[in-house]
Amino acid sequence: MDILVPVLLLVVIAIICAVLLTVSSVFFAVKEDERAIAIREALPGANCGACGYSGCDSYAKALANGETDKTNLCIPGGDAVAKCVATLLGVEAEDVVEQVAYVACNGKCGRVEKKYDYQGVKTCASANLFFGGDKSCTSACLGYGDCMRACPQDAIYVEDYVARIDPRKCVGCGICVRECPNGIIRLINDTSRVVVECSNHEKGVITRKSCPNGCIGCMKCEKTCKFGAIKVIDNLATIDYSLCTGCAECVSVCPVHCIHEGNFICGAHF
Amino acid sequence: MEIKALILVLMGGVLINNYVLQQFLGICPFLGVSKKFSQASGMGIAVTFVMLCATAVTHPIYTCILEPAKLEYLQTIVFILVIAALVQFVEIVLKRFIPALYNSLGVYLPLITTNCAVLGVTINNITAGYDFITSMVSSLGVGLGFLLAMVLFAGVRSRIENCPAPKPFKGIPITLVAASIVALAFYGFAGVVENLLA
Repeated sequence: MDILVPVLLLVVIAIICAVLLTVSSVFFAVKEDERAIAIREALPGANCGACGYSGCDSYAKALANGETDKTNLCIPGGDAVAKCVATLLGVEAEDVVEQVAYVACNGKCGRVEKKYDYQGVKTCASANLFFGGDKSCTSACLGYGDCMRACPQDAIYVEDYVARIDPRKCVGCGICVRECPNGIIRLINDTSRVVVECSNHEKGVITRKSCPNGCIGCMKCEKTCKFGAIKVIDNLATIDYSLCTGCAECVSVCPVHCIHEGNFICGAHF
Repeated sequence: MEIKALILVLMGGVLINNYVLQQFLGICPFLGVSKKFSQASGMGIAVTFVMLCATAVTHPIYTCILEPAKLEYLQTIVFILVIAALVQFVEIVLKRFIPALYNSLGVYLPLITTNCAVLGVTINNITAGYDFITSMVSSLGVGLGFLLAMVLFAGVRSRIENCPAPKPFKGIPITLVAASIVALAFYGFAGVVENLLA
């Protein structure tokens, strides 16, 4: 019977604590901002940070508190989420400029010379430590797939030793852009039509030696473009997307075929 | 005389019997949350606050319930139970009435639920035979001591982060070495407080 008293005492204390907590949690309940919860539900919940906030929670909170009135910051969510959030806040929906990533390298299998035989750990980051990678072009896609492993959407695959991004799957979060040790993955608006698939800033002769697909800076595209949208900067053709109309004149004149046309919105391959 | 004794208890808690650096209680938050000065001070203040609340609750429970019923051996389990419930209660109340403080304490409040320094101070107060007032002062001293250790160490740590430590020492090892040196420095306080009011 001696054990009964302590057991009872403990049970009673526990019950008192439980009752106290239950009552106080009801009594002192704080009304969370319902709009923040609703907005949080509408967001994709990937916590990718593409909106510039630390996660979906903080973006939802900022919207609900009126810290920001930009309902179109969620790039992975796209127009659908922007519309949903805008209705929740009772403001007019703005179009999201959706973005896709592309790999600015076309040095496919056998096209880029190898400097040496790399036998180390099979990651771009580690291959890049040895003289900028085993490919003779220092701006080449190393093809060991660091971006592929980092992609949360499985949108990246490595084909012929060059990473390729499936625009149908890409949500434009930009993780691969940060991951690539050579910095050759770029984000563009999905309304863009033309991309330069080369990142080599070397002079034409040197580029030509290492890769027949590289931009040699011949200026043909620059002369062809009626809108002044494409310029050769530091021996590399660069498109100003605010001027580009997507007429694709430059694509046909490029002698090394490093300018490509594609449709990123409906996701046609190129 | 009374006041003098209380000041001695207070200073003893802050400097001589510093829970983190002399008795090695509450090491987990000491190493975990001392990376940034603001976080360290927030955690220190939260711990001080909870220690005071916990002592205010556990001391009467011991003297009014456990001692008359001859159930002193139950103190550990009862204290754990009560402190855990108390911290949850404080969290709810803070969230309702002082949301600014709640936000700044953030995740630290629930972390304190299982902090051994809080349990340690309540049990040590009982073991030392303090009355209620002395217990409260002792808790305040220990809490301030914890705060002091956290703040000091946050400063030390921000210096460590920027110095080129040898590779095997990087991270936790150099942090532990630094903690031991700070602890060593605190031994210098032994004997100071006794002569403080002499």
